[in-house]
Amino acid sequence: MIMRTLDQLKPKESGVVASLFGVGDTQQRLLEMGVSDGAKVEVLRFAPMGDPMEIFVRGFHLTLRKSEAALVQLEG
Amino acid sequence: MATTLALVGNPNVGKTAVFNALTGLSQTTGNYAGVTVSRTYGTLHLGEIKVKLADLPGSYSLAARSPDEVIVVDVLLDQQTDEAPITGIIVVMDASNLERNLYFLSQLIELKKPFIVALNMMDIADRRGIKINCEALSKALGAPVVPVRAHKQQGFSTLCKAILALYQGDLKVSSSVGCTFPESQIQAVAGLAALLKSCEDKLGRTVPLPEVGRILIDAGGYAEKRIVRRLGPDFVKTLAEYREAAVENGASLPAQEAKVRYGWVKEILAASVTQPDPRKHSRSERIDNVLTHKLYGTVFFIGIMMIVFQAIYSWSGPVMDLVDGTVGVLGAWVGAMLPEGMLQSMVVDGIVAGVGSVLVFLPQILLLSLFVALLEDCGYMARAAFLMDKLLGWCGLSGQSFIPMLSSFACAIPGVMATRTIYDRRDRFTTILVAPLMSCSARLPVYIIMIGAFIPQTKILGTPFTLPAVVLFIMYGLGIAVAVPVAWVLKKTVFRGEKPPLILEMPSYKVPQVQTVIKKVYREGKDFLGRAGTLIFAVTIVVWALAYFPRSASIDEIYAVQRAEARAAGLSQAALDQRLTALDNLEAGDYLRHSVLGRTGQWIEPVFRPMGWDWRIATATIASFPAREIIVATLGTLFNMGADVNVESEGLIATLRGATWPDGRPLFNIPVALSIMVFFALCAQCGATLITIKRETGRWRWPALAFAYMTVLAYTGSTITYQVASLLIPGV
Repeated sequence: MIMRTLDQLKPKESGVVASLFGVGDTQQRLLEMGVSDGAKVEVLRFAPMGDPMEIFVRGFHLTLRKSEAALVQLEG
Repeated sequence: MATTLALVGNPNVGKTAVFNALTGLSQTTGNYAGVTVSRTYGTLHLGEIKVKLADLPGSYSLAARSPDEVIVVDVLLDQQTDEAPITGIIVVMDASNLERNLYFLSQLIELKKPFIVALNMMDIADRRGIKINCEALSKALGAPVVPVRAHKQQGFSTLCKAILALYQGDLKVSSSVGCTFPESQIQAVAGLAALLKSCEDKLGRTVPLPEVGRILIDAGGYAEKRIVRRLGPDFVKTLAEYREAAVENGASLPAQEAKVRYGWVKEILAASVTQPDPRKHSRSERIDNVLTHKLYGTVFFIGIMMIVFQAIYSWSGPVMDLVDGTVGVLGAWVGAMLPEGMLQSMVVDGIVAGVGSVLVFLPQILLLSLFVALLEDCGYMARAAFLMDKLLGWCGLSGQSFIPMLSSFACAIPGVMATRTIYDRRDRFTTILVAPLMSCSARLPVYIIMIGAFIPQTKILGTPFTLPAVVLFIMYGLGIAVAVPVAWVLKKTVFRGEKPPLILEMPSYKVPQVQTVIKKVYREGKDFLGRAGTLIFAVTIVVWALAYFPRSASIDEIYAVQRAEARAAGLSQAALDQRLTALDNLEAGDYLRHSVLGRTGQWIEPVFRPMGWDWRIATATIASFPAREIIVATLGTLFNMGADVNVESEGLIATLRGATWPDGRPLFNIPVALSIMVFFALCAQCGATLITIKRETGRWRWPALAFAYMTVLAYTGSTITYQVASLLIPGV
């Protein structure tokens, strides 16, 4: 089964975080900022040059690059 | 014994506004021992009782990745030996963003210190339809929860009552509140704590339990590094074993932590908060639909930057003229009061002309700091990072570098210090090394003088912008344009490695708080005046002395003879006056050429010839290596000494316009003005910045590198500018 990752969503689409790929500093920062198992994430927009992206998670707005979003596996 | 209460919270929750409202103007700032995180203390007056408050840096988590982040943990756990113990914590939280704020609170609770919650931004939560039951929240947290609106100073009487109770030790630590971690993790922490306890001799201190937790969870984090440094690299292996044992079912330890904590947060929220479903789109979001829009957002960004430069250039004009006029009048007045001679020359040519010509730029520096403070305070800076990340990515940096870079436009020192928010060391050092290339406010005087004197006031066809404003914009752009390849080279060579992540909160837009903005502008102005009053003052006197001495008796004799001849020639009164004035000027010029400064300057002049400079410009530039704004003072001193000191100062611009080579050709023209500006744009003429870089990086090699590469760039760039401009601009 091919799982979707956060960077593949389009603006206004949303998903629920299943888990993060890998272990490291980036992952820990994402977790602290609320991008962790079970969190609902909604893509708001991409920056003018296509990257980074802005998402809505746990009640606030977060900017991250597509390369970071690619670490976030979504459910379903 | 003196005790302190600590104010903590996530970034962007209005912590500073709460701190300001509580302590008013009774604030002191300084640095924590060993690191450069600034500490701010203030006193809260509760009737007779004075409560000391410490404003800690905003953070999202107690997981420290740098020595600066560990400060929050150290202060809260009383590991900073020279600080008074923290007996209670005031946690400032954003009511509209409770979930992530509570994550941090879950870590703070484990410090086992009494705390209260100041729930800020209730109005925003209200507007978004988030209903918070403060009583239920207080019960769930086992601590007082006080709703406040820091910007409107509402809710503070209740908050003060809670603070008093906290200060007097009336609040107890509830043992039942907090996250429940898996048994495996609890065991691992206990085991590790016991192990560290047995190494206390080597560590030189007892490691508190919450810190043991951080050592266990944060692989590669600062808490771990600090222990490994004492216990040796073998300890890493031991740690790995503990970590493996701590994980319950295959996930990573940080993931396990996040799961447990956000699970706890969910329970708290369920008991006290109702969220609207579907969520309401906030005002910030609607603003962002425009301001971070692909087209409008970019146009707005460029527009804002242009407006800032146009404003600095033209709005501050009248105030500057006023300061300039006052300085001129003062100089003439003081000159008339003092007898002719050395003292008069020192005061009028040295001090008044020197320091005065620097003071003129205070209005512009205040205006620029005002813009930076406003953009920071309203939340636009994070949007700028969002817009610029890709662009900065091309030179290997991230959008996070944008904020330090932009701050560097006011001054590289806060810019370099602002790099502390950059998590990646290589990114941070690269940013530090290119930050001084941004055109800081101290460069502005040079641009203003050169542009004002030599760039014609023409309008650019079809736009509201004038040529001087465009040249100013280009000068600011030059720093950025050069920083890109420099950063790219640094990231490919000295700081090679993987690209660090960009994970950045976009705070809600808010109306900037007057007090915060004023304080920032005030601090900039005070620093500038402080420099003008000390370093610039001292350099001015030294430059004056070098330009005044030695007073050769033979020159004096030659001119005495010539004056006598002129008087004896039987000229009309008008002709005689003219002749005597001419002789005064020639004499002053001769003295200057024969002075220590004049001789040295003439000796090194050939080095600066390719840039179109004469020895006076060269000398003024060299004298301004300690602080670049000195150039204006030294130009004022050098070019004034060749003129009649008794005439009221007609302003530096007019003096420079009239300056000539020995053969009578005008010294300054557009290519020379441009080459001077380019030199100043690229050169690291700031002792304070270099010292700050040393302090931030811990080694002298980094300021040395910054100084070396910038001087080479400045010399090369300035030479190319002069040569090319001389070819392109006809008639010079």
